[in-house]
Amino acid sequence: MLHKPATITKEDYASKKKARLGIIFFFIYLFFYGGFVTIGVVNYELLAIDTIGGLNLATLYGIGLIVFAILLGLLYNFYCSRYEDRMEKEMEEKEDNL
Amino acid sequence: MIYGVSYTALIFFIFFVGLVLGLSFYFGGKTKSASSYYAAGGQIHWSVNGIAFAGDYLSAASFLGICGMIAVSGFDGFLYAIGFLAGWMVALFLVAEPFKKLGKYTFSDALNSTFQSRLVTLTASISTLIVSIFYLIPQMVGAGDLVTPLLGLPHWVGVVIVGIIVILIVATAGMTSTTYVQFLKGGLLILLSTILTVYILQNGFTLTPNHKNQDFHEFMNLSPAVVDGQVQNVENWNLISQQEVEGNEFVNLEKDGISRWFNLVKANGTYTLKEVLSITEDANGIQLYNGEPKENGKFYQVGHLSKIIVNGKEVDKTGSVGPFEFLKIIKDSEVVRFSNVKFTNQSQVVSLYYPSEISGKDFMLPGLKYKIGKGASLWSKMDFVSLMLALFLGTAALPHILIRYYTVKSPRDARKSTILAIAAIGAFYVLTLFMGLGAAVNGVMDVESSNMAAPLLARAFGVVLFSVVSAIAFATVLGTVSGLIVASSGAIAHDLLDKYFNKNLSDEKKVKAGKLSAFAVGIFAIALGILFKGMNVSFLVGWAFAIAASANLPAILFLLFWKKTTAKGISWSIVMGIMSSLLIILTSPTMWGRYGLNPMNAIHHLENPAIISFPLSVLTLYIISSLAKVKTVQMQIN
Repeated sequence: MLHKPATITKEDYASKKKARLGIIFFFIYLFFYGGFVTIGVVNYELLAIDTIGGLNLATLYGIGLIVFAILLGLLYNFYCSRYEDRMEKEMEEKEDNL
Repeated sequence: MIYGVSYTALIFFIFFVGLVLGLSFYFGGKTKSASSYYAAGGQIHWSVNGIAFAGDYLSAASFLGICGMIAVSGFDGFLYAIGFLAGWMVALFLVAEPFKKLGKYTFSDALNSTFQSRLVTLTASISTLIVSIFYLIPQMVGAGDLVTPLLGLPHWVGVVIVGIIVILIVATAGMTSTTYVQFLKGGLLILLSTILTVYILQNGFTLTPNHKNQDFHEFMNLSPAVVDGQVQNVENWNLISQQEVEGNEFVNLEKDGISRWFNLVKANGTYTLKEVLSITEDANGIQLYNGEPKENGKFYQVGHLSKIIVNGKEVDKTGSVGPFEFLKIIKDSEVVRFSNVKFTNQSQVVSLYYPSEISGKDFMLPGLKYKIGKGASLWSKMDFVSLMLALFLGTAALPHILIRYYTVKSPRDARKSTILAIAAIGAFYVLTLFMGLGAAVNGVMDVESSNMAAPLLARAFGVVLFSVVSAIAFATVLGTVSGLIVASSGAIAHDLLDKYFNKNLSDEKKVKAGKLSAFAVGIFAIALGILFKGMNVSFLVGWAFAIAASANLPAILFLLFWKKTTAKGISWSIVMGIMSSLLIILTSPTMWGRYGLNPMNAIHHLENPAIISFPLSVLTLYIISSLAKVKTVQMQIN
């Protein structure tokens, strides 16, 4: 048996653009996640300072990372879907012109 | 702790297990092909798959482990939630869509899509098995912990029950039933966690957290006569012995034929004997809980605030509070935590759990488990970074998560289901902070097992809530174990038997081999679940993440993003990832303790291996692939 996909899908014209966007978004998130870890190791006392609503920076940053992940995911899906729709439309138009 | 059988809980438990088995048998009738068994025919709707992803991921480690660790170690437990979710960013942005395009049933399918190499098949399937087994251990430990209060049965019986039910589920229907069980469980888990959080906030804080179903035990304080640090006499108690353990003085007293242990504490020049929880075992193996037989129920649940500060004022209790106010009050108040010491006294093995007060400010910062503040050692800081690295990189390399990308129709659906999973999992993790802290301050903690924090908190609020929460938690374990066993059986039957040993199994035989493999892995998981009793399940899952991150992720990322990657490079990086992470884990301080040795004498002090094993694996892949490339070029020149 060949190692092929479980389902056959139509060609993904936007895959390169989506991959590039994915890498950018990955590094954006890595920057903030790495920031949290770095503060913990390098300047631990900073995590104790009071911020919004009386929460310390550790709690705010931690919850913030979770909320940020959800928002970034939604934004990524929005752009990817737009790329896919646009590229598919362009390809269809090209095929029609031919 | 002492648990009695709850019949309401038992009814809910039977109902949920029946529902899960019913679903399995229903889908079992429809599972005829290998595609249906291993990948649900690739026909699952993205929204169902998204919640099923959440169900897969919100395992015993998330619900039982994180809540328990937050309750015991404060913010350090929440680090797991942050890291577990961050890992989904790697899955979404780098892995989800390309992985969906590459594979068919298993992790090695995707890695082998370019190479068709037997070596890759062998190493990837072994890696799948090792990661799945490390992930299975905490699930089984959690199952045993859950069944004890539900049915009043010993831990090992719980592990065996889960093992048998899961083998039945997987052996009947495979991925389709697993998906729907996970969907149901994931959805219910988030709903119930929300309800529990509302209860916690409505309940607010009190210095004496008495609940309808559970009385708060106020620990005794005695005034002894002390000379040169030695207790001479204590009110109307008989002095039996005094012993210094790890810098603390413990005193054994007796009254009315009952022996109790106390912690001798000196504050402002005055000595006080503070009651502690004790478990003693004599040479005949007879155990006493706080000096009495277990069934007398004198081994209390603990955890409360010793000082409540609201807007700078000290109060005895608050009314209902908002979510931000809840977190702020804990930060400004003082929390009572329990630490454990073990020693031998007059041929008795004594285990004591003694209270100590800690400022809420410290409780709400990292440092109680992973010391990273002032005076922290380099090992400790490395351990923290290593844990955060493993959690970040591990998710996208877990075989039972990766195979879920094959159950949807298209890469677009794979992406959408991942985002839904992130939203559901993220919401749940925020709730774990409230559930864990709620358990820490509501006098519900079982000092013997942190894993029961959330279900015991639910029990304090009502038997029905406890029953449903426990049944869902049990379903959580069932679902995750099912997913892991499907992944493992795929690695054995599809990768090893069919591909590596070239057995060329027919579709029907492949399903049969998968089911037999599920049975074998299930039995192995039962044994490990019994062996690792008592360990925090999140901590154990951290190891699975570290192995997955080290063994699998470099292979996945290089395959997707570096054209010079070779089959040899992939195989050797997997071997290096597994070997180095296992070596570090097996020589860690925790394992040293498991071997009966002093953890302080372990050959290193790293609990989490990823900081060393991940770069080693990456380097191996790069060097071997580069060397292979050089060889090819030289051959072409010759």
